[in-house]
Amino acid sequence: MTHQKRISSVARADLRLIADMVTPGSRVLDVGCGDGALLEMLSKKKRVDGRGMEISQGGVNACVARGLSVIQGDADIDLETYPDEAFEFVILSQTIQATRNPQRVLEELLRIGRRVIVSFPNFGYWRVRLLLGIGGHMPVTTALNQPWYVTPNIHFCTVSDFLNLCDEMNVQIDKAYALSRTGKSYSFRRPVIFANLLAEEAILQLSR
Amino acid sequence: MVDVTGEVQDADAPHPRGSAAESGIESTAGVEVFDHSQPLHLGSGATLAPYQIAYQTYGALNETKSNAVLVCHALTGDQHVANTHPITGKGGWWPRMVGPGRPIDTNRFFVICSNVIGGCMGTTGPESIHPETGQPYGLNFPVITITDMVQAQAKLIDRLGIPDLFCVIGGSMGGMQALQWASSYPERVFSAIPIATAARHSSQNIAFNEVGRQAIMADRDWHGGNYQSLNARPNKGLAVARMAAHITYLSETALQRKFGRNLQDRDHITYGFEADFQIESYLRHQGFTFVDRFDANSYLYITRAMDYFDLQADFDGVLSNAFKDTQTRFCIVSFTSDWLFPTAEARNVVHALNAAAANVSFVEIESDKGHDAFLLDEPEMFATLRGFLNAAAEARGLTAHRQQKTS
Repeated sequence: MTHQKRISSVARADLRLIADMVTPGSRVLDVGCGDGALLEMLSKKKRVDGRGMEISQGGVNACVARGLSVIQGDADIDLETYPDEAFEFVILSQTIQATRNPQRVLEELLRIGRRVIVSFPNFGYWRVRLLLGIGGHMPVTTALNQPWYVTPNIHFCTVSDFLNLCDEMNVQIDKAYALSRTGKSYSFRRPVIFANLLAEEAILQLSR
Repeated sequence: MVDVTGEVQDADAPHPRGSAAESGIESTAGVEVFDHSQPLHLGSGATLAPYQIAYQTYGALNETKSNAVLVCHALTGDQHVANTHPITGKGGWWPRMVGPGRPIDTNRFFVICSNVIGGCMGTTGPESIHPETGQPYGLNFPVITITDMVQAQAKLIDRLGIPDLFCVIGGSMGGMQALQWASSYPERVFSAIPIATAARHSSQNIAFNEVGRQAIMADRDWHGGNYQSLNARPNKGLAVARMAAHITYLSETALQRKFGRNLQDRDHITYGFEADFQIESYLRHQGFTFVDRFDANSYLYITRAMDYFDLQADFDGVLSNAFKDTQTRFCIVSFTSDWLFPTAEARNVVHALNAAAANVSFVEIESDKGHDAFLLDEPEMFATLRGFLNAAAEARGLTAHRQQKTS
């Protein structure tokens, strides 16, 4: 029960932070939009022109029944169908670690959106390190809440790893937030040694 | 004859069976005539004049004329989408979709459904009298295209004084018309719902249509298309065409579940060619009843229009150009077991719409009922379309009202 609660408080904080970054009235694509909670929040509170892509058909149908514009699609495959700079914001919340080719997905996001918001679980989080380093087990935490044989997550990274990839791809970090286990957030800058240890989750706004 | 009640039905017939379908709802019939001064310029280069369009309407047009929904029918459908059919006496062909409290709520929307050009239910087609010869057109009727059908519908909408449509919706060939509408008249289509359809007819689908046409033309009573003047009807050929097509509207799973190898009114096979099996009896029934309400030449012309449909080719092979700068809100629907218009076709349209940065929703509905599913009781399709239509209505400033209670 408490486990459930914590998940939802972190998830809510994640959505709230992302929503805060989005300019009202802008055109937004939410990749991996799930049941449409973020899109609905953005549509209602920010009056955005929102679109979604979701891999599970059940999620898509739920979104469309809620009146959201969502298609069934795979971030690894279907992003290439969008034209350049089609959106002011493209959001990839808690999805990049589940893609087969995160670098290419990130390239595509930066191509179709002027600004990209990415959130992901931090594998450098101290609890994760303890669980693996001392405990000797693949970590199961609030952000990584499924055992290894069930999780869709196949490409884990730390905050530091992600920033290195951004450097390699000449991607600019416009905003960076760390999210704690209790859903508290704070912005961080380089060097990221503390965020890399203390953030359960990171939320970044990127551009080129 | 086998009791054909149940969920196996045909995709186009205006008489689905089931509790909701037995009696139609209130509607208004209309016919609009377009004289020689308003010819229809056809895709083939020919012109058609005069011509008329027969249609039904349901509900009321609001003051701002912003609540009109055009329902486009499939190959052998007609304008009787939700009212009692004048020939069969059954309810309309889409009673679960159109009516009070239905997703296309006639308490809220003004619904128009017209018989396509080339049809045989009151709109000008090969059965009509050629004004120059005084004889039925027969094969002298010009070949028509989906674009021609849509152009004629646009003339009807003009005549009704409706500047733009809140929604154009249709399944199968009706979905082709919805796509064509969005492409030809983007500023007149606020939202479009193409269901179980494709942006072009596949080779396999052309092949099935050709079998049907050959069956009709092989019937000695077809007389080179001139049967009307000779008081004949190529009923056998048309029935066979219908039987073959009907199989493509279903799925192997649905047929197996409904009929299996069950025998028809007998305990043993008869070692002959009577309808031993229920599926044979069912198909024969579908064929026999179809010929009462459909014209063989219309079947030739309308299947041809589907074959010729290739929206991509009209835009130099780039489908997204058909929807360039579109502001229309799209909801594309496909069904998992539809092998006539498989999900890959829907996805092709979705990708093109993405490339045009269009506002698009895409749902694939899990169903084992084949292409027919769009006419049947598919709660998830209704739920998603209800959501889509409500959001679109809100975006257009149409107020929600009493339909909420009955839904």
